[in-house]
Amino acid sequence: MTTLAGKVWDRHVIERGDADLLYIDMHLLHELTSPQAFEGLRLAGRPVRRPDLAVATADHNVPTGPDPLSLLDGLAARQLRVQQENCARHGIELHPLGSPGQGVVHVIGPELGLTQPGMTIVCGDSHTATLGAFGAVAFGIGTSQVEHVLATQTLWMPRPRTMAVTVRGTPRPGTSAKDLALAIIARIGTAGGTGTLIEYRGDAIAALPMEGRMTVCNMAIESGARSGMIAPDDTTFAYLEGRERSPRGRLWERALDDWRTLRTDDGAAFDREAVIDASAIGPQASWGTNPAQTTGIDGTVPDPASFGDAAERAAAERALAYMDLAPGTALRDIAVSTVFIGSCTNGRLADLRAAADVMRGRRVAPSVRALAVPGSTRVKRQAEDEGLDEVFRAAGFEWRSSGCSMCVGMNGDVVEPGAHSASTSNRNFESRQGPGARTHLVSPASAAASAVLGHLASAADLGEVR
Amino acid sequence: MEPVTRVAGRAVPLDRSDVDTDQIIPARWMKRVERTGYAGGLFEKWRRDPAFVLNDPAYAGASILVSGPNFGCGSSREHAPWALRDFGFRAIIAPSFADIFRGNLPNSGLVPVRAAPDVVSALLAAVTADPATEIVVDVAARTVHCAGVCDAPFELDESAHHRLVHGLDEIDLTLARDAAIAAHERTRPPWMPTGRPGH
Repeated sequence: MTTLAGKVWDRHVIERGDADLLYIDMHLLHELTSPQAFEGLRLAGRPVRRPDLAVATADHNVPTGPDPLSLLDGLAARQLRVQQENCARHGIELHPLGSPGQGVVHVIGPELGLTQPGMTIVCGDSHTATLGAFGAVAFGIGTSQVEHVLATQTLWMPRPRTMAVTVRGTPRPGTSAKDLALAIIARIGTAGGTGTLIEYRGDAIAALPMEGRMTVCNMAIESGARSGMIAPDDTTFAYLEGRERSPRGRLWERALDDWRTLRTDDGAAFDREAVIDASAIGPQASWGTNPAQTTGIDGTVPDPASFGDAAERAAAERALAYMDLAPGTALRDIAVSTVFIGSCTNGRLADLRAAADVMRGRRVAPSVRALAVPGSTRVKRQAEDEGLDEVFRAAGFEWRSSGCSMCVGMNGDVVEPGAHSASTSNRNFESRQGPGARTHLVSPASAAASAVLGHLASAADLGEVR
Repeated sequence: MEPVTRVAGRAVPLDRSDVDTDQIIPARWMKRVERTGYAGGLFEKWRRDPAFVLNDPAYAGASILVSGPNFGCGSSREHAPWALRDFGFRAIIAPSFADIFRGNLPNSGLVPVRAAPDVVSALLAAVTADPATEIVVDVAARTVHCAGVCDAPFELDESAHHRLVHGLDEIDLTLARDAAIAAHERTRPPWMPTGRPGH
């Protein structure tokens, strides 16, 4: 009796030990965490073992305004040039800024069909966890490990423990995958998944489309887990069928036969388990400086004294000081002056549709600056084909080109110091969205509603306003 | 890599939980393509506060950082260990670490010292009370010593321990397994995708 994670892991073990030597099926690269790895190879005179099992793009540094290439700062331009040289020298597929395949690395992998069930996938980026939504073992690695994978197509990894997060029942209306993800982290904590691969299971997970499953797995890292996984099913197969790199014909049939075996056996034991009642979950918003500091939108900022654990209490005190919030403040009373819709968490077409549905016929409040940033150039084109760009523009949003943008604040898209943002990204760490930025993590629909009202809100709050 | 068998020196107390990688080194420093030169970015935002512990001259030259649980949570950026190393730290003592960060530390020759919570609390109290307090991390024996405070074991997984103590290059170790890697490689299912250079 084996778990899904165990099955996929075991297939890739070359040598067992305190750390297993694991074969890596796909290595995704972005511009930030790979230059030093290529430089290491060059200094050691080592080749890339399997350039055909690597795919690169530019996402963190790229400007998202009109004509992004002209907006690059000197350091970013140098980093992109180094990436192009490295990929050309070693024969690695690259989707550079300005190309139709460019986008946030965790968004373009699935788009191309590069992320399939049963694979091992790594990238020098913690949100590689996103790709576990396909039933793959997918995790973030450091730059030394990027170099190791380039040189050997393998990694030494201690076999992770397993954790089952079972989400049962039907969430309240207006509750998105992001709300489930935030509620799960609030429940298990920032280190609740440490040392594990989390398998998300239960009817509330099975009911999610692939985009929602990616949102949930994306945030596994925010609960400390190496990654998240969801067993592949017909939803997964329907998403993959016909993608550019998905198998076709007889190979597709063979792949399906294999993929259908990738599920946790009945009675298989997990090292840890959490069961969550989805029917108790509604729209969420974070109030603090880590993603576990989250509560329902109907809630209030907690009193640090209410935390029994001393470390949690101290963390809450520091968070409230940084966020300039008083205990007992209703979340809806928190004014926001910036709204960001995008990122590897919520930058896919389904996310833009959810936000556009809220914005249609409404306006961004005069006090708010709002950005919609597609997760990839392909998502941008699809959204424009549906007229979503017009909805956002008419509502007063800035409609941007694709990149990590205001999630990581490296490309000039930043929240003003001291300002509060409603953001569909994944981290509300101090200064993450710019020096002094005060981030509230929310779903795309809630971000849109917050843009309209100028304070934290859920889409249901717009009922009386209209 | 140079072997790391022992780290001895004074320590900086950073008594916070969930110290994330965006605090350790802000993202803007990641536009650089070098592997060194990150000392200026270490805790860049917090260091703007004159009262921040790293600005206290009494702790100048310390080689050990003592902090709270879940140290290094967040991003996979190895720039975080690089910044700690470039600033002069050689070991980080905490009750727990985030997984990716903990795995990254030894690759820069830094020692993740996961000690029991009461040991870490005692060390925090000692170095806060007296910045001259000396701590010895015996990597080979996996113990942490501080006179009159503790003489305690810490956790360090076998592979990290082996590489630190012997200063081994992990890629060399792996390349020696070429035949086994190639044999496994031939079993990769034919439906799995590949990149297309020049795409």
